[in-house]
Amino acid sequence: MKPFILALLALVVISVGANQILMNSGFSSADASTSDKSVRLSD
Amino acid sequence: MLRFLSLFAVIFALAVPAAAQDTTVDSRAATGGAQTLADILERQEGLKVDDAFRSEATGNPDVAAPGSDQLGTLGGASDPELWRAFRYGSADISTQNRGPAATTVIQDGGMWWLEFREGALLQIAMYLLGGTLVALTLFYLIRGRIKIDGEKTGRTITRFKAFERFGHWLLASSFIVLGLTGLFSLIGRKVLIPLFGHETFSFLAVGSKWVHNNISWAFIIALFIIFFVWVVHNIPDRTDLRWLAKAGGLFGGEHPPAKKFNAGQKLIFWAVIVLGGSIAVSGLSLLFPFEINLFGHTFSTLNGWGVPGWFGATELPYPLSPQEEMQYAQLWHALISLILTAIIFAHIYLGSVGMEGAFDAMGKGEVEEQWAREHHSLWVQGVLGADPVEKENSK
Repeated sequence: MKPFILALLALVVISVGANQILMNSGFSSADASTSDKSVRLSD
Repeated sequence: MLRFLSLFAVIFALAVPAAAQDTTVDSRAATGGAQTLADILERQEGLKVDDAFRSEATGNPDVAAPGSDQLGTLGGASDPELWRAFRYGSADISTQNRGPAATTVIQDGGMWWLEFREGALLQIAMYLLGGTLVALTLFYLIRGRIKIDGEKTGRTITRFKAFERFGHWLLASSFIVLGLTGLFSLIGRKVLIPLFGHETFSFLAVGSKWVHNNISWAFIIALFIIFFVWVVHNIPDRTDLRWLAKAGGLFGGEHPPAKKFNAGQKLIFWAVIVLGGSIAVSGLSLLFPFEINLFGHTFSTLNGWGVPGWFGATELPYPLSPQEEMQYAQLWHALISLILTAIIFAHIYLGSVGMEGAFDAMGKGEVEEQWAREHHSLWVQGVLGADPVEKENSK
């Protein structure tokens, strides 16, 4: 039973951890596909 | 005279539509360069239509009227020509979007993918998962629970260590959550919205997406764990042929010898590794859109080997637009997941209600010695030595 409980805990830790890493690593499509350098204001 | 004119008018009135039909000649010139009836009929039959008359009719800046001319403002291309250039990917596009798919504004695969995803794919899901559950129920009703034939010894053998069970349960729990949230995403619009309404489904869909995307990492880690822990015990050998020849003793009552894993369990293991690995890779492709393109290169390689021809099929599409890559990845991810889910249904059945004593292996890690001798006799001999009775008989 203990490995099962540990697996569930690991599931939560890995999921939240992966989300935090990805959110702070610039992998979101918004970060990957836009840039303030490409904004054209004077055309 | 009036009567003659009336007759003439009637004949003329009847003749005009006929003449109009006659003038609808099925040629490009008759349509002013647009598509013909033949094009439309061929497209409806799913035949390949030569689109050159459209894809190449995108205007020519070299013959443009000067900018000072009223007709010169579009630079030698009319609006339809501009849209055709968008449609066939030849427009000179400037965009602030820097995503890999930004250069493809319009692509062909979208409707085919949508129709398959909302039609055939849902039917496959229903028949595959529903059919497997029905088959297992029937099997249970006909065969009943597989019981321990011999007398229980009261002694137990350690079947799986704690780390093995941790890896199994990490994989199992992540797979179940991924399966449920994946199904929510796949059938949500057709099944869940009519049942629960848009508000509830919106909550479920947003939550499912977050959970599905992030739990996927646990699934991938667990896949590596079980691969490295169990691969040595899952290499096929001659014992498996004997086990398969007797269908694992499911019907005859005889228990064919097996090592730590029998041939059925080895099939499950490799199905999980191969199909699970494929699901993981296609999932990563979907998680990082347009960054990991799997299908264009694969299709090109298969075409190079002539594989489609082996089945009498036409060549696989190549090159693919970035959006088509995602569409194929989504369909592959869903189809392989459904197949693996059906296999796992059978695994869950045999590991729980289908066989007496089987759940203890993963539940407690300890199994009844008699159960082990019946289902994994060669493994038990390796762990404990030969059965005292067998030893006596072999003298």
